[in-house]
Order: sequence, then structure tokens, then C-alpha cells
Amino acid sequence: MSAPAADAPLPMTLQVNGVVRTLSAPARRLLSDALRHDLGLTGTHVGCEHGVCGACTVLVDGEPARSCLMFAVSAQGHAITTVEGVGDDPAALSPVQQALAECHGLQCGFCTPGFVTTITAYLDEHPDPTEDEAREAISGNLCRCTGYQNIVKAVLRAAELRREERA
Amino acid sequence: MTTRTVGEGVQRREDPRLLTGHGRYLDDLGRGALQAAFVRSPHAHARITDIDIGDAWELDGVEAVYTWEDLPGRVAEPLPVLIPHPALTHARTGYCLAKDEVNHVGEAVVMVVARDRYVAEDACGRITVRYETLPAVVGLDLARRGERLVHDDVPGNVAANLRQEVGDVDAAMAAAPNTLTLDLAIERSASMPLEGKGVHARWDTDDGSLRLYSSTQTSTGLRAAVAAKLDLPLAKVEVVTPDVGGGFGVKIVHPWPEEVLVPWAARMLGRDVKWVEDRREHFVSSAHERGQLQEVTVGFDDDGRLLALDVRFWHDNGAYTPYGIIVPIITATQLLGPYKPGAYRVEFWSVYTNTVLVTPYRGAGRPQGCFAMERTMDAVAAHLGLDRTEVRRRNFIQPDEMPYDQGLMFQDGRPLRYDSGDFPSSLQKLVDLVGWDDFAEYRAAASTEGRTVGLGIGCYVEGTGVGPYEGGHVQVETSGRVNVATGLTTQGQGHETVLAQVVADELGVPFEDVHVTTGDTRRMPYAVGTFASRGAVMSGNAVALAARGVRAKALRIAADALEVSPDDLDIEGGVISVRGAPGTSIDLRTVAVLSNPLRYAFDVSAQAATQFAGTFDPDRPPVADDDEPGLEGQDFYSPTQATFANGMHAAIVETDPVTAEIRILRYCVVHDCGVMVNPMIVEGQVHGGVAQGVGGALYERMVYDESGQLLNASFMDFLMPYASEVPHVETDHLETPSPLNPLGLKGAGEAGCIPVSAVIASAIEDAEGFPVRSMPISPAELWELRRQHASRTDPAQEGAS
Repeated sequence: MSAPAADAPLPMTLQVNGVVRTLSAPARRLLSDALRHDLGLTGTHVGCEHGVCGACTVLVDGEPARSCLMFAVSAQGHAITTVEGVGDDPAALSPVQQALAECHGLQCGFCTPGFVTTITAYLDEHPDPTEDEAREAISGNLCRCTGYQNIVKAVLRAAELRREERA
Repeated sequence: MTTRTVGEGVQRREDPRLLTGHGRYLDDLGRGALQAAFVRSPHAHARITDIDIGDAWELDGVEAVYTWEDLPGRVAEPLPVLIPHPALTHARTGYCLAKDEVNHVGEAVVMVVARDRYVAEDACGRITVRYETLPAVVGLDLARRGERLVHDDVPGNVAANLRQEVGDVDAAMAAAPNTLTLDLAIERSASMPLEGKGVHARWDTDDGSLRLYSSTQTSTGLRAAVAAKLDLPLAKVEVVTPDVGGGFGVKIVHPWPEEVLVPWAARMLGRDVKWVEDRREHFVSSAHERGQLQEVTVGFDDDGRLLALDVRFWHDNGAYTPYGIIVPIITATQLLGPYKPGAYRVEFWSVYTNTVLVTPYRGAGRPQGCFAMERTMDAVAAHLGLDRTEVRRRNFIQPDEMPYDQGLMFQDGRPLRYDSGDFPSSLQKLVDLVGWDDFAEYRAAASTEGRTVGLGIGCYVEGTGVGPYEGGHVQVETSGRVNVATGLTTQGQGHETVLAQVVADELGVPFEDVHVTTGDTRRMPYAVGTFASRGAVMSGNAVALAARGVRAKALRIAADALEVSPDDLDIEGGVISVRGAPGTSIDLRTVAVLSNPLRYAFDVSAQAATQFAGTFDPDRPPVADDDEPGLEGQDFYSPTQATFANGMHAAIVETDPVTAEIRILRYCVVHDCGVMVNPMIVEGQVHGGVAQGVGGALYERMVYDESGQLLNASFMDFLMPYASEVPHVETDHLETPSPLNPLGLKGAGEAGCIPVSAVIASAIEDAEGFPVRSMPISPAELWELRRQHASRTDPAQEGAS
């Protein structure tokens, strides 16, 4: 005899990377889990489950947000962008992705998707940062491998690549 | 020879995939697998009196609930002692699920398998475990007193006691004109990779075989351990390591309880089962490192030359000792750094506490050893009023004394014999880089602005690339694609890139054609693992040797085909041609076709290898007696001893006169890891190591209360540094090749973090004018030190005689 599950599924509609996706998940499903396990977008990583590390950062209506601190159900009606939405093709990297590769701004790569989304949103608003500003921009995300130096470099390089792209 | 890539900062092969969300980490696999969760002990030390599963079963989606009672055969036995040692007289390991007693908060007691993690955790919440709590042993002071015991049958809580002595310390100390004694302490930190541990098991019921994916630093070690535990033939177990989100040591331990239970449950249930560690689990049920208390007595002459060094230290090994006493052995031996200590005696006690077990974390005992030695150097300099670099210089082993045998046994059971290094040159580079000789001026200028600054230094030697061996397999496909396999695993070191560089150069093919697989027992079943800064040294040389074998075979086949001597041939860009006659050539991919005599052509190019295709000697077999089909080969690199890299760091810190806030203004590194295959990657390893060192020096500590509760088991409370805390690192390199291996490599992975606590302590000491004997140090602790020293008359003479 089964008790009713605490997690009765609800139909949901999410707009992810410009595509409308429907899924069925309980109200308590975190956005990070819904993206990863229901929609198969495993580029968003979960490092701490309490909003500190920033690996799960996605863009909600263009603003960085911790997808481990948000329920999937409350992401309805918002435009969600994951790392796959910034650039899905390994052969055609976005300027931020390209810059991180050029500057060796990643090692194990686990925190990287959160940096890609964070830096992308930052440069949208601040296209020409100084080195200090670049460091400040990434100081809400944890990386255990790189010591951040090459990520700072990559922010500046990405800004340069974006300017070249526009020119 | 093709344009060489070794020595170039080639961009990493793995990056495009990792940057676009196409990495495959453990939790990205096994969609639809059942998920495990664990009920873990809330007590540091307790007897289990009852486990009440309650109505956990009634939850929709629960597939299994297991306690120790349910475990069969060897699954129910204690986990293995991975590295036995004669001095480890009281090794103790835990069970996969606790049996009768728990010895630290976080020890697994009940396993639940369910449709998903949410349901599994709901079920865990319905299970009640009753405990009779026992007094907890927390902290080295309490542990070494031995009044309370962690394990009833381990007297004094001592797992191991080991002493090594070179020369007559007592006599040399008695004769020394000066002696000093230092009491030192280092607190716990942890590897803390951004990706925790994780296991995904696929049991094939039809085949009776297991494929295990694990976020591990050793796939072959795990394979052997799981096969033994589950009583399966090795041939029925394969372990694949996917992308790993950082390791830093903690993932070299194996098998973790979950690495046994998850495949066992998959077999029981006939379903895929997965477990992914959450962050709190990582804090309380993986491993920590670093915690030591040290007592150093040093005897030296009036010039600051060491005559005798007598070290005793107590190492907190946590609740169990699966990884043996590797960490304290490394502290005891690598403590010596680039110096000649005179007579040397070191004795340690590795003791149990009711806390998370202690196993290697990047640096693995070296940061503690370096701290002890470098605090000693600074104390000697202070005592004699000498410049700190001068005291170091006077005690250095000189380049013409290499190889230099310290007379001790290292962590690999082999001599602690330095292969090469140029310490005076390294120090000179550091002095130049940081502007050591101009610092007095800098300090004076800062002082006029009311600012307090200090300059610190730390030197170390790191034994890297320990054996026993690694293997390389190189295969040239008929398409020209070159497949390379090595068995050790990758956690961000860029092995896909570095090993491809080595093979591309050795074989004479374009870098883009070389594809590297690591950590997959299907491709290379003989391997050891990724630890001790050994990846490039061990697997780099192994794949180089394998590639040389393949190259020789390619030249032999090409020589036959072109009817020339192999000595006249060269390979460049994947084309074999006669030296001086570039028109006479054959593609390597065609040689690959010819290397494998065929009956059936699978495509047009393969027709060249079929039986009616060409001329051959009818009296010889298609594959010669001493040959094998295919343009491929494997080889192993197994060194007689470790290689010894070294480095020297200096930092300028500023301490706030009011708040005692500590800021690192400059951080300089001179590093020598022999030949650098990819300087960009080496530099990245150094940066990352320094960042972890800064965390360990200023921010990270495991805060246990007296009952054994870890009070800061979250990223909110355990302060890993962000970009705002890590200084810009200025680097310079020496490349003193190792004479021990074909490529001249030494390891680089751990280097950056080793001296950081020593360097920061040295700099704070220099800024404040009183000794710093305990790390990490917070502003509150610095403030307290100021208060203590303000009320003392002559703090600089502490411990002197």
C-alpha cells in the first residue's frame, strides 16, 4: 500500500534558451534539477545546493540567478538562458567562451558554466571593464582550480572580442 | 620532425566541450537511474542501539532500504587498508554501513534507493536510528592524552608511531652553540572540489557484468577493490572515469562506502543506481587534511648553519586510516626542503579522533612540513639578526651536490634522493622578482603613510612522479587518427592536451590527429592513479615510450614498402619520407593499413592489405613470429625513485593597524618542475595551488565543537577564497630537467599550495615584529596576538636558550 507521494507532478512550461519546453515535475523541483534532469541540459552544474558557489548560475530574463535557489515552477513566465544558450557548439564558441579557452580560464570545468553565464551578462551591461572591475564581476563565483587570475584575464579578452565582433 | 608542440602553451583540447555544457561529469550520466541517499550519524561517537525503518517503505518510489545487517559477505567486512606500513600497528577502517558503532558525524548508517533523490531523502527522514552516545575525542590535545579512546582496542589513540634519524642528533644538538625550540600548529582544511564524489553503476543482468562510473582519481584501483568486495571476476568489472570536477586528493581514496554499495545495490535490484554526494555530505563524510601539532628543536652555529634538527609532531588522522600514514610520512621527509639539516631526527604519532578521516589534500603533508622548516629558518635568522634569505642560502644543497641523498625513506618506500635542482639560482630569481633588497625602502614609504607591511618567504622541495608505474597505449588507425590511452584519471590537469602534445612530437603527426583517453579500464587496465603530481611525469613518459615503439614499427613497415633503410626515413606531419628525397614517401595511415594483413577489405584504402594486393614473400607468415598486427603498441614507465621539483615564494602583506585585517599586496613564485610540456598549463596549476594555499593560510579551517559537530559544514561558513581574496600571482620559472626520465619532467600539480602558509606567516611576522606559530590566522587571532605581545617584554626570544 503506497502513501500519496509528497511530490505529485505538476505540468509546467519553461522558456529555456528561446525554446518553450513542457515538463511534469513536483512543485518542489529546483530549477537546477529541472534543467539538468527533466530537460537534459546538464551544462548547468550544482556545486553547493545553497547558492554560494555560483556553478548553477543561469540568466533569468538576462539577469544572473542561482538556479539551485529557485523552484522550476516559479521560473515559468521568465526567459531562462543556460550555458548551452550562450553557446552550444564547441566549434563556434561565444566571445566569452572563446576568451576563457584562450586565457586558460578553466581547468576541471565544473564551475565554468556559471562563469560563462555570469560574465556574459556582466559584459552586456559593462562592455569595457577595467581589470579591477573584471575581478569584482566574477567575485561571486567559486573556482577551486584556477586561482581566478586567468578568468579575470578572460573577462578582459572577452570584452575585446565582443568589440571586435561589433566593429 | 614535425613542428614541436612540447614546450608550447597549446590551447586545451578539452575546453570547447567543457565551455559549452558538453562536459560529462558523473551526475550528467545515468538519466533515469535509481538514486541513493543515506541516513548518516548525527553523533561523533556512539553505539547504535536500534534502527527503525518506520514507514519509509510506504513512500511511493522507494525501491530498497539497507542497513549493515543486509550486507552479504565481503560487502559487510571493513573497508581495505589501502597502504599498510609496518609502523601502522593499529590500522582501523570503517564499514560500508556502520556496524554497532559510529566514529564520526556523517558516517553512513542506512542506505535508501528510490526513484529520485527527493524521494530517497524523504524516506531517510522517516527512518529513526537510536544511539547511546559515547564521549567524543576531538582535537589533537585530547587525542594524544589518550584518556578517552576512539577505538576501544587502540591504546592512547595511536594508529602509528614512526621515527627516522640521520646522524647523531643528541650529540650534535648538545654541541650546537645555539638552539631554539618552536611549538607550531596547523589546522584542518579540505580538498573541497566543486564537484563532490559520485558513483553510477550499470549492472548487466544478461552478461553478469558491471560498468561503474565514478568521480575518482583511480579507476584501476577502484576496479580491483570493487571486484574484490563484490566477489566478481575482474573481467566482469570495468570502471570508467568521466569528466571529474576537481579532486585535489580526496578522490584518490577508494573504495568509498558508496563505491561499494551503489554497484552492490544495482546488482541486487537489476537496475542502474546512482549516488551523487551533496555538499554537506562532502564536508562530513569525505576527508579532510592538514591538522598537526609540531615541536621543532634546532641547533645551529653562529652563521646560521643548521647542525641538528629534532622534530616531533602529532598528526590527526580522524576516525579511520584507509590511506595509512602517507601524509605524516610526507611531512616527516619533505620538511627538509632544499636544506641540509645537519643531524636530523623526526618522530610522529598519527592519532585517532572522532572526526572525518584525514587523507591527502593537495600538498599532502608538505605544507605542514614546509611550515615547520620555514618557521625554523626565520627563527634562526631572527635569533642571529641575519637576513632571512642569507640563512636559507647558507643551508642550501648546492647544484654540484646533486643527486643528494637525505638518508631517509620517502613515501614510496624508496630513498629521499633529490635528482636535480638549482636552489641558489631559484632564490636569486625570487629576490629579483619580489625586490627583496629594496623592501626596506618600500616599508619605510608605507610607514610614512601609517601603513604596516611585511615581506615573507618560503622554500620547498616536492617529491613528484612517484611510482610504481603508468602505462601508455598508442594506436594509429587507418584514417590517420591516433588513439592514446593511459590509465590514470584527469581532474582538470589537461591530460588530453599535454599527452597529445607528447605523442604528436614523438610520432611526428599533427597534434589535432591525436586523441587521448584517460581513466578507462577498458582501454588501459594497468594503472595506478592521479596523485603526488605524477600525471605528466608518469603517463607523459609512458605514452612517449609507447609512441617511440610505434614510430619504430611504422618506419620498419615503411622501409619495406619503399625499399629503403628505416634509418633513412623520417616522419613529419603524418607522412613518412626518405630524408633528402621528399618525393619518396608514404602516409602513416597507409602504413597503418599495411600493418594489419587483411582477408576482407573494409574500404578502398584497406584493399592494399588484402592477400592479392601486392608482393610479399610466400615463405614468411603474414604476421612475423616476433610481430603483432596493427600499428599500435604499449609501454610502461616505471621509475626507480621520485623526481624532486622545487619552488620558492615571497609575499608582501599589509596588516591593518586597527582591525588587524590581512591583505596580500604581492605574491611572487619561482618554480622549477623540470621541462614544461605546456607552460600555460603549468602556470595555471601554480595559480590554482597558490589560491588554495591562501585559503589555507587565511580563511579555511574545519571548526569542530567538543562534541564532534562540524560547525561550518557549508560553503557559507567554510570560507574558500573568491576572486576578491586571491592575489595576482607573479611567476618566474627555472627548467632544471630531471635526469631520471626520458622527457626530463617533474610534477607540478601540487606545488603552488605547499609554502603559502609559511610565506604568509613569515610576512605577518615581518610586519608585526612577533612570531606567528599557528596557521591559518584570522584578523581576530592576529589582534589577539598583538594584545599578548604588547604585554610581553621580549617576545622575539621565545623558546631560545
